[in-house]
Amino acid sequence: MTTETTTVISRAEHCLIACAEAWRDNGEVLASPMGLIPSFGARLAKRTFSPDLLLTDGEALLVGLDGQPEGWLPYRRHLTMVTGGKRHVMMGASQIDRYGNQNISCIGDWERPTRQLLGVRGAPVNTLNNPVSYWIPKHSPRVFVERVDMISGVGYDHAVGPYHRLPRVVTDLAVLDFETPGHAMRLASVHPGVTVEEVRAATGFDLVTGDEVPYTRDPTAEELRLIREVIDPRGLRDREVAPR
Amino acid sequence: MTDKTMTPEDVVGRLRSGMTIGIGGWGSRRKPMALVRALLRSEITDLTVVSYGGPDIGLLAAAGRIRRLVAPFVTLDSIPLEPHFRAARENGSLELTEYDEAMFMWGLHAAANRLPFLPVRAGLGSDVMRVNPGLRTVTSPYEDGEEFVAVPGLRLDAALVHVNRADRLGNGQYLGPDPYFDDLFCEAADTAYVSCEAIVDGFGPDTVPQTLLIGRHSVTGVVETPNGAHFTSCAPDHDRDEPFQKLYATTPWPEFAERFLSGKSENDYQAAVRAWHDEREEQRT
Repeated sequence: MTTETTTVISRAEHCLIACAEAWRDNGEVLASPMGLIPSFGARLAKRTFSPDLLLTDGEALLVGLDGQPEGWLPYRRHLTMVTGGKRHVMMGASQIDRYGNQNISCIGDWERPTRQLLGVRGAPVNTLNNPVSYWIPKHSPRVFVERVDMISGVGYDHAVGPYHRLPRVVTDLAVLDFETPGHAMRLASVHPGVTVEEVRAATGFDLVTGDEVPYTRDPTAEELRLIREVIDPRGLRDREVAPR
Repeated sequence: MTDKTMTPEDVVGRLRSGMTIGIGGWGSRRKPMALVRALLRSEITDLTVVSYGGPDIGLLAAAGRIRRLVAPFVTLDSIPLEPHFRAARENGSLELTEYDEAMFMWGLHAAANRLPFLPVRAGLGSDVMRVNPGLRTVTSPYEDGEEFVAVPGLRLDAALVHVNRADRLGNGQYLGPDPYFDDLFCEAADTAYVSCEAIVDGFGPDTVPQTLLIGRHSVTGVVETPNGAHFTSCAPDHDRDEPFQKLYATTPWPEFAERFLSGKSENDYQAAVRAWHDEREEQRT
C-alpha cells in the first residue's frame, strides 16, 4: 500500500522559483539579487539549471556555492560587468510603470520631494547595458503606478541603445513581463491561489492579459528539497512573503 | 623627502567656504569621518560636496554646510535611508546634482585624466537628464554613431579620504576588500588629504603591491586618526559601529551634535563615543 502525501508549496516558494527562472539560460554572468528571495532564487538557479552563474558574497568577492572565493569584484569592477553586459540584476522598485520605468530616487516632485529615497543609484547604467529584472515583495497600486515620479531605471518607452532588456518582474502575486508588441507590461503567470482579478486590483494601470493566464510553476521535488534543506533551512523566505 | 603629516585642524585650515570637496569611501564604509568632524568644528560652509554618499553627507547636511551635493545615492547601508539627507531634501535646504553611479565614476576618471568629459552609456532615457539639464550628449564619431552622455569631469578643489595605513610622504594603503574610488578622488583633486588608522615608517618587504592604492604624487597631507572612520566601517581594522550608527539615525540632530560634536577635537569625540558605549554596557549589566 502506498501513501500519497500532498506537499503544500508556500507562496514564498513560488516567488523563489519565479525569481530563479529569471536567470535560466543566462550562462556565465553575474547574478545580482537585491532582496532575500531573489538571493535564494539565484542560488537555486546556480545549484540546478544555471550552474555557470557567478555569485558574490555581498561585498567584494565572487564566491562559489560553498562560499569559497573565486574572484575579486570591488565596486569599480562591478560597474564594468554592468556596462560589459556580464550581469543580470534583480533590483527593487519603489515605483514601476507599464513600460518598466522604475523609481528608487524620490517620491513627489524631484525639486522638493515629499519622500527622499536612495537616489537613482546605478539604475540608469544598469538598464541601458544589461538585463534588469525586478522583485517587488508587496504588489500594490502604490508601486505599480501609471507614471513614476523620477525615472531611475529606464523602461521600454524611454530606452536607447542596443542592450536594453527587462526580462521579468516578480511579485508576491504574479510574474509579469513585457512580451507584447508595444512592450506594455503583461501578466505572464499568477502564483497558485491568486486570481487575475486580484492582480489587476493591485496594479495601478491596465495590465495586458491573455485569454488564459497560467499559474507560476511549482518547484520540482528536488528544488523543494534544496530550498528547504540547503538554501533556506531557517525559513527566512516566509518573513519576506508570508504564507497564505 | 617631504613629511606631509598634519592634524585634522591643519587640513581644515587649508579649506575654504564655497569649495568643491570630494569625499571618498562608499555609503557607510571607510569614510574620512575625523576630517568631516573637523570640518564641522570649523566655520566652513557653502560647500559643493561630491560623494558616494553616507553619513558624511548626513552630518554636513544637518549642520547646514552643503550648498550643493553631487551624488548617485546617500545611504547608511544597514539603514537604507540617511535621515538627515532625507530631511534636507524634503525641506528644500540642499541642492542636488543627481548622477548615476557609473556617470559619477567616469566624471572622476575624466577629472583625473584632465579631460573635460567622458562618454557613458548611462543616463539617457532616465530623468537624470531632466533634472540635470546642463548635461550634454556626444555622438560617436565612428560608424555606430551612437549617442552617449558626456559626463563632465568632476574636478575637485580638495579630496578627503580615509585608508588603513599611510606613510609620511602620502602613500596610502588599503587593507580591506574594496578600494572604492579613493585613488580617483585624490587624482581628481587639486589637493588631497589622506587620513589613516596608523602612520607607518614603511610598508615592509612583504607588502602586497596592490594594497598601495594612493600615490604620494596625488596627496597634499597625511593625518593619523585612529578610529577616524568611526562610525563607518574600516575593514579589517574595525567594523561599522552599528549601535552608534543607529543612535545617530534616531537621535534628534541638536541632541546628537551637543553630545558628540561640541568638543574641541577629534579626541573629545572619541572620548564621548567611549563614554556612550560604557554607559550602554552598564545599563545592560
